[in-house]
Amino acid sequence: MSQMILEVQNLGVSFDGFKAIDDLNFYVEENELHVVIGPNGAGKTTLLDMICGKTKPTTGTIAFKGHNLERMLEYQITRAGVGRKFQNPLVYEDLTVSENLEISYPKKRDVFGSLFFKRDETVLEEIQRVAEMIFLADQLDRKSALLSHGQKQWLEIGMLLMQDPQLLLLDEPVAGMSARERELTGALLRKIAEGRSVVVIEHDMEFVKSVAHKVTVLHQGKKLAEGSMESVQSDPRVIEVYLGH
Amino acid sequence: MKDISLASSGVRAGLPGTSMTFARKATAFVDRYAWAILALLLLVAIPVLSGTFRLGLFAKYLSFAFCAAGLVLTWGYGGILSLGQGIFFGLGSYMMAMYMKLEATSADPAASVFGAGGPPVPDFMTWNSIDTLPWWWAPFEHVWFALAAIVILPTLLAFVLAYANFRKRVGGVYFSIVTLALASIASIVIIGQQGYTGGINGITNLPVFMAHSVQSDTAVYVLYYVSACLLLAAVLAGRFILRSRLGKVLVAIRDREDRIRFSGYDPALFKGFIFAVAALFSAIGGALFTMQVGFASPSVCGIVPSIEMVIYAAVGGRLSLVGAVYGTLLVGVAKSFLSEHFVGFWMYLIGALFILVPMFLPKGLAGVLDRFREHHGEAQ
Repeated sequence: MSQMILEVQNLGVSFDGFKAIDDLNFYVEENELHVVIGPNGAGKTTLLDMICGKTKPTTGTIAFKGHNLERMLEYQITRAGVGRKFQNPLVYEDLTVSENLEISYPKKRDVFGSLFFKRDETVLEEIQRVAEMIFLADQLDRKSALLSHGQKQWLEIGMLLMQDPQLLLLDEPVAGMSARERELTGALLRKIAEGRSVVVIEHDMEFVKSVAHKVTVLHQGKKLAEGSMESVQSDPRVIEVYLGH
Repeated sequence: MKDISLASSGVRAGLPGTSMTFARKATAFVDRYAWAILALLLLVAIPVLSGTFRLGLFAKYLSFAFCAAGLVLTWGYGGILSLGQGIFFGLGSYMMAMYMKLEATSADPAASVFGAGGPPVPDFMTWNSIDTLPWWWAPFEHVWFALAAIVILPTLLAFVLAYANFRKRVGGVYFSIVTLALASIASIVIIGQQGYTGGINGITNLPVFMAHSVQSDTAVYVLYYVSACLLLAAVLAGRFILRSRLGKVLVAIRDREDRIRFSGYDPALFKGFIFAVAALFSAIGGALFTMQVGFASPSVCGIVPSIEMVIYAAVGGRLSLVGAVYGTLLVGVAKSFLSEHFVGFWMYLIGALFILVPMFLPKGLAGVLDRFREHHGEAQ
């Protein structure tokens, strides 16, 4: 059994009495591509929000490589090595593709470090390398507001690649993409999952089948099933609440 | 990959110079040499064309231009609309006045008659039956202390104030209201503490700085050039900040503050920093203002001057440092002209500007230039 990179234990959060996540245990191994599925309102996005610090849990612990994430602020969690991609692509629209990647470069993120930051060869090469991976090498000087929806998704994945996190949290990375873009993104995800752990929320079952090492099914804030795609797909409870419809 | 190459064909490639229209060349020239053109105007054109009196007025506008340039950084790029730049302008102004007042008092044989034996006490304190110099006034007799305080205190205060608010995620319009309230408090405190601040009259009768008269014709020229050079340096410093990675982070914070935390930045620190830089600019402007006009007054620290400063930046273009200087000069000249010819009309005009500029010129004069360029760029 390989090392756990993320251990979520007894996690719970309630919003005005509504338990969005209820006593959840969730583990991610090193180099694992772990997909979370479940019906709407199952608490998938809330789970990612709590891991990356956007939402503070009411109970439970989130341990990431010896850090207690539930006590840290968002930017500290990011610096510790957790990257988050949101459901709607969130890129900095007034900046160019290249600038978006540049500010994601994971060094000198304090005030004076940023002020005297030098765009040296290493940084420029890294930007070029990532831009090629995300199919945007010919768009570097373009304002990111002008990109298509799919290209923004890729840019946000690229920003995460620049950050080089050990744990990557992706919320519906292929939502709103064409079939062709989906295929490219699937290949991209498999490539970037090498050497790091990835948690993906996804509804597209074909896509999940093509990438997942392990699948967790959430339902009403609780874990319904966990295992390989085949075992989860044949689980009668999963078929009942999610796949059957 | 086909869909991508299709998308990229939509990007207009920059065509070589031959096909450029004259208008595009002209706007490109203005863009490229904006700072040099401003330097020529400030250092050559204005001094050559104005007499001593007008030059003194221009020097006064320049001291307000520091605030406008600071607002470009903090408002235009940082997304923090400060309605309280007058506080920092006032701090710079009053601290300079404190030094000059103590210098004038120590040179005045009549002043030593009053007071309880210690260092001589400024005239307005005597009138308010204060006969010993307050402890916090005393160090301002040294010019080095006064100059250091002008640079450090407002900057530090601004950082602490901004960081405390932004760390608690008080931002946007709420922070603007906080600054507005503080500007109001600043002028109320100054007016209320007459014995220590000179009250509504301010601190007046400041004829010398380091034993040099600030009222002679030579002084007008010297002060004008000092202001112009410092302002040009401030614009350069601002440009350096905006072009650095910090400048890009600021834009990212302005547009998506919730996202930048997940790029590993602490937005409160960055916003605090840029707010402090703007305060520093304002304080330098305030100190120069006091040297030029020979007084410090609560009328430049309160809400009305703070809002006027925002209008300077808005008219010039809140995304253009150079534009903010032009905006200040333009509104300053208009203000002088109108208040000379139509007394009392000024306040209505500034109110109208505050409504009309954001409505029709959201990017100010610099935005007109942008639109011109875009228009001609598309025409070719």
